[in-house]
Amino acid sequence: MDSPVAVVPEIENPSALQHHFETPEQQKDSATIGMWAFLLTEIMFFGGLFLAYFAYRQAYPLAFASASNKTNLWIGATNTTVLICSSLTMALGVHFAALGKRKLLALFLVLTLLLGGVFLGVKAYEYHDKWVHHEVPGVHFDCEGCVDAQHAPLFFSLYFGMTGLHAAHMVIGVFVLLVLIWQAWHGKFTADWYTPIENFGLYWHFVDIVWIFLFPLLYLIDRSGRGLS
Amino acid sequence: MEAHSEHHIVPKRVYFLVFFALIALTWVTAIVSTVDLGRWNIFVALAIAIVKASLVILFFMHVKYSTRLTKFIVMCGFFWLMLLLFITMADLWTRSWMGVPGR
Amino acid sequence: MITAPPVVQTKRNYINAESGLMSWLLTKDHKRIAILYLYAVTFFFIVGGIFAALIRLELATPAGDLMDSNTYNKVFTMHGVIMVFFFLIPSIPAILGNFLVPLMIGAKDLAFPRINLLSWYIYMLAGVFGVIVLVTGGVDTGWTFYTPFSSSYSNGYVVMTAMAAFIMGFSSILTGLNFIVTVHRMRAPGLTWFRLPLFVWAHYATAAVMILGTPVIAVTLFLLMLERGLHIGFFDPAYGGDPVLFQHLFWFYSHPAVYIMILPSMGVISEVVSTFCSKKPFGYTFIAFSSVAIAVFGFLVWGHHLFVSSQSAYAGMVFSVLSFIVAIPSAIKIFNWTATMYKASVRLETPMLYAIGFMGLFTIGGLTGLFLASMGLDVHLTDTYFVIAHFHYVMVGGAIMGYMAGLHFWWPKITGRMYNEVWSKIAAVLVFAGFNLTFFPQFILGYMGMPRRYHAYPPEFQVLNVLSSAGASILGLGYLIPGIYFVASLKYGKLAGANPWGATGLEWQTSSPPPPENFEITPVVTTEAYEYGAQEVLHVG
Repeated sequence: MDSPVAVVPEIENPSALQHHFETPEQQKDSATIGMWAFLLTEIMFFGGLFLAYFAYRQAYPLAFASASNKTNLWIGATNTTVLICSSLTMALGVHFAALGKRKLLALFLVLTLLLGGVFLGVKAYEYHDKWVHHEVPGVHFDCEGCVDAQHAPLFFSLYFGMTGLHAAHMVIGVFVLLVLIWQAWHGKFTADWYTPIENFGLYWHFVDIVWIFLFPLLYLIDRSGRGLS
Repeated sequence: MEAHSEHHIVPKRVYFLVFFALIALTWVTAIVSTVDLGRWNIFVALAIAIVKASLVILFFMHVKYSTRLTKFIVMCGFFWLMLLLFITMADLWTRSWMGVPGR
Repeated sequence: MITAPPVVQTKRNYINAESGLMSWLLTKDHKRIAILYLYAVTFFFIVGGIFAALIRLELATPAGDLMDSNTYNKVFTMHGVIMVFFFLIPSIPAILGNFLVPLMIGAKDLAFPRINLLSWYIYMLAGVFGVIVLVTGGVDTGWTFYTPFSSSYSNGYVVMTAMAAFIMGFSSILTGLNFIVTVHRMRAPGLTWFRLPLFVWAHYATAAVMILGTPVIAVTLFLLMLERGLHIGFFDPAYGGDPVLFQHLFWFYSHPAVYIMILPSMGVISEVVSTFCSKKPFGYTFIAFSSVAIAVFGFLVWGHHLFVSSQSAYAGMVFSVLSFIVAIPSAIKIFNWTATMYKASVRLETPMLYAIGFMGLFTIGGLTGLFLASMGLDVHLTDTYFVIAHFHYVMVGGAIMGYMAGLHFWWPKITGRMYNEVWSKIAAVLVFAGFNLTFFPQFILGYMGMPRRYHAYPPEFQVLNVLSSAGASILGLGYLIPGIYFVASLKYGKLAGANPWGATGLEWQTSSPPPPENFEITPVVTTEAYEYGAQEVLHVG
């Protein structure tokens, strides 16, 4: 191998550039790819639950259809709307971060946080409602009016498992948002460097996408009332 | 390596258009579910969900404006999810084919 | 060939640059993190080995006289859990991969040094859970945790063990994530993909498997913990749950996991064979692509663990065919390494001894995998000692031999010292002989019908079991001896130069041990990989 020549001149380090990267572009690109690689793991993580869902829905369609009707369609649709609004506010937050607008960034992060809080609040209400109606498996389970009631717990296990895991991800997101809002307000992010905002945005949108699938799969099985055969 | 992605600012107008599409599709899917389409209900619901997810990925998550590597990683993610789902379901779907119980 | 003169020990390197415990525990240097992993992983290897010794002690006699069956169940479970999750999966990537990947690509560190350190802390946290399980009484489900036994009936510490493996998974994911981004974005100028060392290709493929597969075992264990802790029924047949669904979810990861174990090892072998033949690996491009092929195809074959479950026969046939196909890229590697050795001037240093051993033992292990991939044969061989022999041939005869080869090859680079070559060769021979004596009889035992996971067996199997246990003691000695001479080398070993083996690769162009920032000046690569012949070593300054 030839003797290497020092081709990378001594660059003055911009304040945010870490020592093992050569350029800010390399650093930012690495962070973005790293975040996407992490989201890949999240896809596969939720994927296992989706598999269980499809497996059991295929095996017990009647149980799933009637159990799904125990969820409130309009609450679900409204909550979905709330979450999509929070995705919009998050995307706008990233937009203003890229333009270096500190106050607007902070505002939209706060709006995202509030909308996320509304979503979680509604979820808490739904969970409470299920508890009161004995629809929590393992705890005096007694699904009133469920067809093929022996297999109904499978639906509810998946309901709580999937929405619970989703909610856990949202709670984590809420805590991270609190930190980011504080940092944004204090001017930590500039038009040149707002990578955490962008990467958190990716996370938040991903959590939204999971819900985009959960809503039809859990709330919308046979709403026409005909009963699947 | 395309370095342009981080300098591309998506206009707010695009975000709002996507937002309205997502809201509309949400209510469409909710209302369509009350219509009896037989076995097609789930396919329609999933198709709408896929369109919504694609809008979020392409525009909110900027994948439309990202590097080839990012796009490749996203494709891999969904491809592997499909592997997990379809190959396992292939077992469940073909269990009764041999006419022997449990095979 | 010119090698740099022996480095004076007082020269600044990553070991002496900073001192004090906190400089190690809070380090961001990938080389120090590799050493942290070395300590932790070695500890678990010893613990797992002790359980192996207990198994072989029990099985030396037909009667279940050393321990009762419940205890034996716990012993083989802990052996499996520790060896798979705490040793085999992290060993090469977290130690050799962490140390060498940045060096090999001419980078100063991995893309995310703090995440690298976090992955070690996560490993240690998982280890704490593992140790708690050990001292509180263990778990008896087998490392495969099959439901409904694990979810409903086991009296062991299922949730705690599942939690240990769950947490460990995140360590693996973070390592894989780091490698992927690093290889994509941190390569030195001029280092194109097809100039990369095959070790890097191997780790890239491994990293892809880590991030795509590990989350599935994580969610599976999560579901198991929910079911066991909260009695939410996912796998409980009383509610219509399907235990085979657990098996699908479990093996979707656990089969690719074995490729996480073997791919890095194969990467080591490529480097070692090339160096000690002073020859570019035959069919470099094929070896590189075969790593990716193994990673991808490895995800398509998991159903071969479910042949005797209620998995459909049609699915079984497809999995069987795919399992045959996945053997092809591995075979390509064996052919190419052999072709590299053909008409080469082969130096039989210790790493090369392990590499040659790998090639023979992995071939046997891989071919016996084909026996098991044939559904008809599998009906008779499944859950017998044939399976155990098969996977120990690939995991111990394959993966661990590669790990030993790698440790012996890069020890001078990592520590700046040479070890005693006489003892290292003796140990290599003992490992090879002891290994074969331990596990070859198990093929015969399995074929004769001896089932696995039983603490007692019919007397006609005793002779082969005694041979196996005798072999295990030799194997154990073979692993103990390196422990001694490696430690001794730190104080008494000959000082190593930058490139004691005459290898190619950027890691050999910097001092032994390397400086904290790896290279005095960022290398620029202008030649292809593995160019032996007259080399001018870069001036390390």
